[in-house]
Amino acid sequence: MSNRKSKNNNLMHAECLSQVQRILRARFCHQNPHSNLFGVQVQYKHLIELLKRTAIHGESNSVLIIGPRGSGKTMLINHALKELMEIGEASENILQVHLNGLLQINDKIALKEITRQLNLENAVGDKVFGSFAENLSFLLEALKKGDRTNSCPVIFILDEFDLFAHHKNQTLLYNLFDISQTAQTPVSVIGLTCRLDILELLEKRVKSRFSHRQIHLMNSFGFPQYVKIFKEQLSLPAEFPDKVFAEKWNENVQCLSEDRSVREVLQKHFNVSKNLRSLHMLLMLALNRVTASHPFVTPADLMEANQLCSMDSKANIVHEFQKFIQRKAHSVYNFEKPVVMKAFEHLQQLELIKPIERTSVNSQREYQLMKLLLDNTQIMNALQKYPNCPTDVRQWATSSLSWL
Amino acid sequence: MKTEAQSNKVNLKLFKDLSAAKKNPSDCQSSTGPMAYYLTRLKTRQTYSWVGKPLLDQKLHYQTYKEICVKIDGCSDIHIQVGQFVLIEGDDEENPYVAKLIELFEDDGEPRSKKRARVQWFVRFCEIPVCKRHLLGRKPAEQELFWYDYPACDSNVSAETIIGPVQVVALAPDEVLPMDLKNEKTFFVKLSWNEKSFKPLSPELFAELDKPKEGSPKCQKPIEAKTKGVESPSSATTEQVVKRIELRHSASKSRQTPRAVTPTARKRLELGSVPGMANTRNSQQPSCDSLGSPGRTKKKVASSEVTLPSKRSHPDRMDTASPTLRGPQKTGKVQLICTQGENNKASYERHRNLRTRVPPLRSTEISDKRTLCPVGGGQKSSTVPSVILKPENIKKREAKEPEALNEASSTSHRVRRRSSLLTLNRIRQQLRFLDNGKCDQEEEEFLPTAEISVSSSDSEQEEVATPPLTRRAPRSVSRNLRSTLKLSLEIPSKTPQKTPKPRTPFRATPQIRSRKLAAPGPSNVLEEARLRLHVSTVPESLPCREQEFQDIYSFVESKLLDHTGGCMYISGVPGTGKTATVHEVIRGLQQAALTNDVPPFQYVEVNGMKLTEPHQVYVQILEKLTGQKATANHAAELLAKRFRTQGSSRETTVLLVDELDLLWTQKQDVMYNLFDWPTHKEARLVVLTIANTMDLPERIMMNRVSSRLGLTRMSFQPYTHSQLQQILASRLKHLKAFEDDAIQLVARKVAALSGDARRCLDICRRATEICEFSQQKPGSPGLVTVAHLMEALDEMFSSSYITAIRNSSVLEQGFLRAILAEFRRSGLEEATFQQIYSQHVALCRMEGLPYPTMSETMAVCSRLGSCRLLLVESSRNDLLLRVRLNVSQDDVLYALKEE
Repeated sequence: MSNRKSKNNNLMHAECLSQVQRILRARFCHQNPHSNLFGVQVQYKHLIELLKRTAIHGESNSVLIIGPRGSGKTMLINHALKELMEIGEASENILQVHLNGLLQINDKIALKEITRQLNLENAVGDKVFGSFAENLSFLLEALKKGDRTNSCPVIFILDEFDLFAHHKNQTLLYNLFDISQTAQTPVSVIGLTCRLDILELLEKRVKSRFSHRQIHLMNSFGFPQYVKIFKEQLSLPAEFPDKVFAEKWNENVQCLSEDRSVREVLQKHFNVSKNLRSLHMLLMLALNRVTASHPFVTPADLMEANQLCSMDSKANIVHEFQKFIQRKAHSVYNFEKPVVMKAFEHLQQLELIKPIERTSVNSQREYQLMKLLLDNTQIMNALQKYPNCPTDVRQWATSSLSWL
Repeated sequence: MKTEAQSNKVNLKLFKDLSAAKKNPSDCQSSTGPMAYYLTRLKTRQTYSWVGKPLLDQKLHYQTYKEICVKIDGCSDIHIQVGQFVLIEGDDEENPYVAKLIELFEDDGEPRSKKRARVQWFVRFCEIPVCKRHLLGRKPAEQELFWYDYPACDSNVSAETIIGPVQVVALAPDEVLPMDLKNEKTFFVKLSWNEKSFKPLSPELFAELDKPKEGSPKCQKPIEAKTKGVESPSSATTEQVVKRIELRHSASKSRQTPRAVTPTARKRLELGSVPGMANTRNSQQPSCDSLGSPGRTKKKVASSEVTLPSKRSHPDRMDTASPTLRGPQKTGKVQLICTQGENNKASYERHRNLRTRVPPLRSTEISDKRTLCPVGGGQKSSTVPSVILKPENIKKREAKEPEALNEASSTSHRVRRRSSLLTLNRIRQQLRFLDNGKCDQEEEEFLPTAEISVSSSDSEQEEVATPPLTRRAPRSVSRNLRSTLKLSLEIPSKTPQKTPKPRTPFRATPQIRSRKLAAPGPSNVLEEARLRLHVSTVPESLPCREQEFQDIYSFVESKLLDHTGGCMYISGVPGTGKTATVHEVIRGLQQAALTNDVPPFQYVEVNGMKLTEPHQVYVQILEKLTGQKATANHAAELLAKRFRTQGSSRETTVLLVDELDLLWTQKQDVMYNLFDWPTHKEARLVVLTIANTMDLPERIMMNRVSSRLGLTRMSFQPYTHSQLQQILASRLKHLKAFEDDAIQLVARKVAALSGDARRCLDICRRATEICEFSQQKPGSPGLVTVAHLMEALDEMFSSSYITAIRNSSVLEQGFLRAILAEFRRSGLEEATFQQIYSQHVALCRMEGLPYPTMSETMAVCSRLGSCRLLLVESSRNDLLLRVRLNVSQDDVLYALKEE
């Protein structure tokens, strides 16, 4: 009986765990706008007010959201748009156009995309996508027709904004900003970029038309906040079906956040980067170790994960290929020439060494100049990790590299 | 009868003559417009001579005449009398000017041509400035003209610019404008246009316009002949013409027949539309006749006769032709027709029946054509319509694809046997619509398809028989067809004309959907201020630009008053009010034009940044001037023509070219043209150009371009702080939203930075927002203080680099330190990653941080690079990639030291 009960328990456990994994993985991998905002409340307020004014009052605006990668720019705008759409009077009043500099690589494609997203193609009939010039004048005419009080505001969201600045003449940006500064259809132009020097990329007439509103996202939180984020990210929501399990899990998370070794790991991670995405990566790796037999995240898991994260990619390879180096160093007497050449080529393939010039057909391979793409410390580290290293390699390393 | 015979002869002669002329390849250019024949016409030589005795005008001391005779290469004469409507050569050969001839006289004072004519102009809708077209309040009919009630317009023209007579029908205000007619040569006048508004014709005017129509048939007949000859030299035979007329008639009556004259011949061919069908018919009929295959002809007769009763049976409210006229006509016709197949007779009869509002001369015209045909039949064999398109047609018809046919709706006007019943119903329906005035467009467009699909089925057997012919044909055929269509326009009708545009809503007016909820007005002082401070708000006056305004205004005004042209170059850094000032000037002038202080003018604006390519500027200018669409090259030609030839009723054009530097091309041909047009006396073009750089003409323009631009320059200086202050004050007027100190602060700050008024307004706007946020209690908006403005200024102008460095992670800061250390060590401003890495490791060891691995450091480096704090080579170089700082070293030190 008790056996059966425990089995049942196990089953339930497994179910719970799979659910936990699903929830948390979704949280770590998708940038869903449901998650809470960390430390960007001021910026968020600025943005949402701006959008509201566009939606409700028909005021044209332009703004750039600037911040390093992983600082939550897209999350911020998604959050704001979601909130905006929840306001009844605004949601019916808004057209959204999402563009990405990586997808719309020139103005022509961008214009087509805008036309498509604004559903203007109906008006053009079978002449949906005419020439570039027609498209431009068509779109401009469409936007020009409107005025502040009557036409529906359009929100343009330009992801990877800096790439749009590289388009020829910056025609698209000029026109979008120009519309935002004239009494035409109300628009909000929102650019997302990670480049701090974005304004220098804009032509002066484009720059003059941009309103110079910038929202900076800088990951300006400190370590205590970082730990709090860690806690929040890992804990289960209140609406989790199995209340008992959720409580236990959350308790465990609380314990984790107070554990010394965990804090050390987190501190180290924090020092490397304040990027929330890297935290997600760390948590993801730890989460993957959670199984039915090992139901809660332990400090050891996190440490392991951290090690995985911060592993030097080259060190791995290096210790595998130490023997080749050894052969290279001692080829004079140890091995046949073809063997050495083969080893050498292998190194080149792994890009541990690299020819200085482009390999020309003329020069003999034996006499090519090569660059070593390894640091001495890396070699030393690799040697230490590699237990069965031949002693002569070790000797070579200590003798020839130590002087450096 | 005798006179008729004579004129026939003339016709024939003319006909031959022109078919000869047609062989000239240059004539065969595929002009797209239906008026292609003017091209031909322009190439033939005319001689103009007076007819009749001169009458000496006592008052004016020159001799006036009643009639002028136009000889075309000596083969035929066209007599045009005073009081007739004429076409007058214009810059647009597809749309010559229309005018009423008031007086013919000889003036020795004129150097170029002594034969002068005084005319009363009519304007087409396309000649009305685009900006005023909306005043009409409806869509203009295709053939609608407007009595040009504008005395300032020069009505004295050279008599030698007269192309030929034309029909103009005056319509009473309550009459419906004919919409669907194919008649290219009958125009309708309903309203007058005096550059300000459309007004109905006064009764006297109406009476006067109506009169000449009844005028001398004698003189119109040759004209008819002439146009016919010119237009349809090759395959347009009378029978064809008659048939077409008949067909069109039935169709036009039912009001649904779309115009067969589509702007592009290509389209027509693709669609397998009537032109194709018509061709085959043309080519075939004569051959049938000559071969004497009775069966086929009979079939036709039968078919046309079947429709007859149906046609007759239903009421035609426009059938106003007087029975007295019809009687003799018929007899004449019968005589003539003997030689022809009976089918023609039948159709002819039908034609007569359906005729509406036919002036007497029309009947004679028809009989002319009739007599012509036997000869035409002989000639026809040489020019043959294409048959290449035929199989396609047939297939389509067989399939009866509704869509294909729908598209081909620019098509068949045939109604026959089987179709008769169907069509009868349709026509009735249509007539009901007609009576109701406007009917639904959709309905109108859809109906013909059904008709075609029915009628086409019986035409197919005949068409299959025709052997394939040469390729060249379609073009000439379509042309012929066009001309025949033109002839057929003699059918006066009230049926509306469909627009020549194909189905594709090429010029569909796009629109962002309108908002569902009204935008609320500003609710407090700050919101009001924000609204007024928005750059898009157009102020009533532009403070601080009075001098510039005055200069530009007087420049344009003087050009307008002198009827000359000129160029002006305006430069200034962005945000100094260049475009706004020019807009203000134009607004002022437009108001002045309304009160007749300056002559009216047309205003066109193009922006270099809103073009995809410099040559597109032609397309835009042309479209804004005339509403036409054309390719860049064609547009350039048309514009050059427009600006280089004398326009009789032309008003001055003011062209604003914004962002001129974008129009630079390797050959600078665009700029050259823009500045060259105004130098022509006839152009009456004022070009205002705007760019940012003051020395643009010297820097990028060739000598010949900059010399044409001239030396009328103006440069807008950046605003000074007092000017900015004044601008802000004028925008805010009596609104107390800002502290005075705050306004002064922002004005000084912006003036010191750029003098860009946009910046100034944006900062103030942002400051109002900050003020609103900081307000604890909503509803009691305070003043925007200096502190708020400082915050806004900081937000917009402070460098973000320092904050970025301060907020970066420990390792990133360490890496920056390592870079500084490495720079100091090497004394260079650049270092490789390897060097920096070793420094970094040393630094970490000193500070007791864990040992950073290579991969981590690399990630840090690329992160900093993506923010552009560092300038980094591509990561392919791995350890050897070179790193540079994008910020000054002092800034980095400052940012790192703070903590």
